[in-house]
Amino acid sequence: MLTLKCPYCGVQAEETELHAGGEAHLTRFGPDSSDDDFETYLFTRENPKGVHFERWRHSHGCGKWFHAARCTMTLEVFGTYPAQTTEPPQDIRDAITAKRPGWTWREFS
Amino acid sequence: MSEPVSALRRARYAGFVTVEEAGLQGMVQIRGDLSSDAFTSAVSDAAGVPMPGLREASLDGRNGLLWMSPDELMLLCPYPEADRAMARLQATLSDTHHLALNVSDARAMFTLQGNGVRDVLAKLAPVDMAPDAFRPGMLRRTRLAQVAAAFWLRSDTQAEVICFRSVAPYMMELLSTAARPGSAVGLHGG
Repeated sequence: MLTLKCPYCGVQAEETELHAGGEAHLTRFGPDSSDDDFETYLFTRENPKGVHFERWRHSHGCGKWFHAARCTMTLEVFGTYPAQTTEPPQDIRDAITAKRPGWTWREFS
Repeated sequence: MSEPVSALRRARYAGFVTVEEAGLQGMVQIRGDLSSDAFTSAVSDAAGVPMPGLREASLDGRNGLLWMSPDELMLLCPYPEADRAMARLQATLSDTHHLALNVSDARAMFTLQGNGVRDVLAKLAPVDMAPDAFRPGMLRRTRLAQVAAAFWLRSDTQAEVICFRSVAPYMMELLSTAARPGSAVGLHGG
């Protein structure tokens, strides 16, 4: 059972109380962007075996969106953090580096 | 003029815990900046109880304030006073960004009474109901089986549950089934 700590209300919420929201830190391209950028934004997703960043919503709790860093292979959760950011905060990156030295994910490492 | 009635007209079930639909309950949903003193003091004045902390219920009889999310509170008051409480709030907060809505008729409330209240809630919600983990005065917004709900303990033997009025019959059957005599788990007393 996957449990994630909601960074807004502090609840250690289990999976059924949450709703998965897909990949985190996407750059959105709108109407005036190039076809390539728009296609990449719309369809291209990471599918890593290992470190991954995801969006989750505490849908049966406080209703807030947050981000989670976890391992897709072991389900280990490295940390969760509020969604008001465009990149993973340093303490989360440090936590991942401690467990998975040399990790990379998109442009982050 | 039509007479307001609650969702289940105080339906009652006596199992190892007594489940009762609480009847008409005034509820005002409030959103705003919880870090603003102007906002919190106005809300606290309108409710007549102190501000609740993170995931807490601040209660005084039928009045209360529930912490629903980092920017949302629920004001509890006697049913006929909900509109007045909301008007008072809107008058004091006319210059402050906020939202207030009387949702009394869109919600239902249930009371659970008995030694096994923790058992009944633990059967239905993904929440640690151990006495040292969930204490009276704490509030949890979660799901009970398939529907969204919030609940809190008034004491170790009395709990209150709120949910959408549209799912009140489901909630009544759910709580009644979980409270059926002989089905006590006994993990938390009862």
